[in-house]
Amino acid sequence: MANLLKQRNVIAVLILFAIVFPFITNNNYLIHIMTLAFIWIIAVYGLNLLAGYTGYLSLAHAGFFAIGAYSLALLTTKAQMNYWLAFVLALIITSVLGLLIGLISLRTKEHFFAIYTLCVGYIIYLVIDKWDSLTGGVRGLIGIPSPGNIGPIEFNTPVSNYYLVLFFLLFTILVVYRIVHSLSGRTYIAIRNSEDLAQTIGINTTRNKLVVFVISTFFAGLAGALYASFIRFIGPDIGYITITFDLLTYLIVGGIGTLSGPVIGTILLVWVSQQLQFLQDYRMMIFGPILTLLVIFYPRGISGGFIDFRAKRKEKKQNQSNLNQNQQMISAQETSAASNKNG
Amino acid sequence: MFLETKNLTKKFGGNTAVNNVDFTIEQGKINAIIGPNGAGKSTFFNLVSGFHPPTSGQVIFKGKDITHLPSNKIAELGVARTFQTTNLFDQATVLDNVIVGHRLRTKSNLLDAILRTKRLKQEEKQCRDKAIEVLEFVGLTDVAYKLAGSLSQEEKKRVAFALGLATSPEIIFLDEPAAGVNPDETEGLAELMEKMVRNGITVCLIEHKMSMIMKLADKIMVLSYGEKIAEGTPEEIQNNEAVIKAYLGGSAIA
Repeated sequence: MANLLKQRNVIAVLILFAIVFPFITNNNYLIHIMTLAFIWIIAVYGLNLLAGYTGYLSLAHAGFFAIGAYSLALLTTKAQMNYWLAFVLALIITSVLGLLIGLISLRTKEHFFAIYTLCVGYIIYLVIDKWDSLTGGVRGLIGIPSPGNIGPIEFNTPVSNYYLVLFFLLFTILVVYRIVHSLSGRTYIAIRNSEDLAQTIGINTTRNKLVVFVISTFFAGLAGALYASFIRFIGPDIGYITITFDLLTYLIVGGIGTLSGPVIGTILLVWVSQQLQFLQDYRMMIFGPILTLLVIFYPRGISGGFIDFRAKRKEKKQNQSNLNQNQQMISAQETSAASNKNG
Repeated sequence: MFLETKNLTKKFGGNTAVNNVDFTIEQGKINAIIGPNGAGKSTFFNLVSGFHPPTSGQVIFKGKDITHLPSNKIAELGVARTFQTTNLFDQATVLDNVIVGHRLRTKSNLLDAILRTKRLKQEEKQCRDKAIEVLEFVGLTDVAYKLAGSLSQEEKKRVAFALGLATSPEIIFLDEPAAGVNPDETEGLAELMEKMVRNGITVCLIEHKMSMIMKLADKIMVLSYGEKIAEGTPEEIQNNEAVIKAYLGGSAIA
């Protein structure tokens, strides 16, 4: 319980910082980077629910991200649809495709599932890349509109976009938080620990896994749709495998299967890679070893390592106090025995 | 008939793991299945609990044919089981690990979770109360808030029992519950099984520790090479020539 409260506090502080961030800096570039990081975080939360909490590592995540982005882009540019209608439709399209792909891919398990979804992700990329007449192929799609006005609020400045994305990020965190801390969340964790055991205690693993898969693709689609209208240009490379591995790296560094992991990992890595921009692709020579060490020594990432550290310390303290109590009791008995003798 | 199998057979390719086994489990008793390694005991459990579909034969629970039900549906009907090793979530507390055991008796779904409905809160409390109740039953109240990773082997066995009991079963299948624990602890686990029976839960277990089985069981079935070679009370089994032959590989009269 104390852990949970602590995690909650960390998130509360981060939210507060996120809200005042545009006032601290007037630099549009920084706001741009931060907005982009928030979009990634939304996608990472989707991945976390599936890979972190349910134990199914999907490598098709960037594919669903791209489906969300392209759905929105095509509906707004080619079909000239109202922005928010297109937005909702994009989420529905991604989730329905997620449902269909989930139905098939969840027949596999563990690394077979990872390999299968890797292929699915690559096929999605290929379809986008080669379907020239619909997606524009390698040229991509341009002229995607900014998010439509909601009443008097317009979304054509970096700051207003920042707040829009922040709103969706907070929505994502709230939903994921509530799912994780509910009986459904416990069900998913039980599936991750042992699917056989979960099934013997009466959990319909097939249905639960499918539900998580669809939610996970929903968040990937949400992130994709926001990305498309924020960058306003998309190419097939947003569905490429490297994006999946970027998202996975954010998740692993931050802490897979933890609530604060996606935020910590994504923001940290996005900023670090911005700072190391001058190194170009040689950045990976720094990331690689750090990631390897992290996986070896802190398999649950920064956040998980912190939680474990706290839990251990708490347990030590408890043992210590138990020990003290015992010693006090023993010494009390001894003194009473001694006094009895004397008496 | 409480739970019975009729001509239950399971073939893995050319290998017949369970061959034509008829067995009735008596309600309110401790039923045991023994047999040499590879006799098909665990496979028999897997068939009854719906883990593997049998090649032929039937499993009937309280007059209902459950042969082809998936294991989660069988659990809902009141049949629990434990595994030889229980994978717990080591980074969570014992209580957190057990709470999910009562999930099958609740109805709240994802929408309840996202909207934090009254039903969810009620059912969460219901699951927590049940977990506390079964942890007390198995004698683990003291470690309820400890991390599951820090438990001893015997405590882990008790958590596995608790998880099974949290599903509110009428019958519980225990797969080698006393494997890897010392004699004193074995005694404690045996007492716990007797307590389950006193509380109206039928027990069926696989075990290798003969002294324990002979003291504990009301009824024993002996499997060897997938076939039932004997069935009866501990006394009958101890004097059964086929059983002695299967275990010692020779004749009863040396």
